[in-house]
Amino acid sequence: MSEAQLKNTGAERSRSLEEIFEQRIANDEKIEPKDWMPEKYRKTHIRQISQHAHSEIVGMLPEGNWITRAPSLRRKVALLAKVQDEAGHGLYLYSACETLGISRDELYEQLHSGKAKYSSIFNYPTVTWADMGAIGWLVDGAAIINQVPLCNTSYGPYARAMIRVCKEESFHQRQGFEIMMSLCNGTEEQKQMAQDALNRWWWPSLMMLGPTDSESVHTEQSMKWKLKRKTNDELRQQFIDQTVPQADILGITVPDPDLKWNEKTGHYDFGEIDWDEFWQVVKGHGPCNKERMNARVGAWKRGTWVRDAAMSYAEKQKIKKENSAKAV
Amino acid sequence: MEKNWPLWEIFVRSKNGLEHRHFGSLHAADAEMALENARDVYTRRSEGVSIWVVESKNITASNPENNGELFEPAQDKIYRHPTFYTLPDEIKHM
Repeated sequence: MSEAQLKNTGAERSRSLEEIFEQRIANDEKIEPKDWMPEKYRKTHIRQISQHAHSEIVGMLPEGNWITRAPSLRRKVALLAKVQDEAGHGLYLYSACETLGISRDELYEQLHSGKAKYSSIFNYPTVTWADMGAIGWLVDGAAIINQVPLCNTSYGPYARAMIRVCKEESFHQRQGFEIMMSLCNGTEEQKQMAQDALNRWWWPSLMMLGPTDSESVHTEQSMKWKLKRKTNDELRQQFIDQTVPQADILGITVPDPDLKWNEKTGHYDFGEIDWDEFWQVVKGHGPCNKERMNARVGAWKRGTWVRDAAMSYAEKQKIKKENSAKAV
Repeated sequence: MEKNWPLWEIFVRSKNGLEHRHFGSLHAADAEMALENARDVYTRRSEGVSIWVVESKNITASNPENNGELFEPAQDKIYRHPTFYTLPDEIKHM
């Protein structure tokens, strides 16, 4: 066979592999780590899963701020458990991502160098205790809406990680709502604190569901691969429809003068989102981007000697064991 | 020096009477640490009563490219299933 012919068969072979692959996805079959997959599928998954993992890890920081200052032991153990869950979720997702042939170290390196993104919402500060309520209620609420469809995504390890994450996430939202409820049923000052938190977290929570469909570069391909099962705008509408009645129950006001129930569509109409703010935060100019990265990178660096010590201890123990086995 | 912690696969028995099932993986310096971390990562809500950890590099897996020769031969051996055999309707307990 000539070189041209060989090349040709190579191209044909990968085309047919790709066709078989697309067919499997269309049939709702799952793709597992050692299966053949197009390079773009692998890369897109590494990007999305790692971004998700990074968000869980950075997401611990705004809440960590309040663990030592929680108003009661009940609140403290709940917040501690929630933050621990987030560490766990990050770990499930990092290991799912590693099955695509990228190392944990490379993933951390991408986060620490700023090459990889994480959810923009974690670049906002947590200035009062009510923010713990608003984050659980709104941020975890939006996260759940984003995550539930992912339990069905085409990549097996990601889908399995998401099932575990979703099971654990609903406690997060409920503990947040309970905090909001206590504040709203408390003194006038406490209720104001809850209102203030809603005012600050409402719009960033809407932005968290991603750019609007016409601006989202990845949506179309991701829908095809079932990496995404609903568009950003669909998810956002679902979040608003679900959350506004909950604010009514709390007796606080969603900070959007254009928010109105639309009898005809059966959905809430809502005001314009400030996408300039969103892109500013994504590009690193949010109120806490630097602080978050410094905290994260600092913790990683300060932990180096611990990781090294654990490794050399493990190696020494292994040699010791081997030697004593020889002696017998 | 920075030498990375190896990867471990985690298997959990959710209750006695059931088999250990693959739950996921994690990094740890040694087997003991893998067990302790697996407890924190995979059994925070009483999901398990027993944990196995195996260093990932010790697992040998079949290659999906060989699935044809490995698994297809079983497909045309329908005589290995009870429904292959026809029996009169009046036969009971068989």
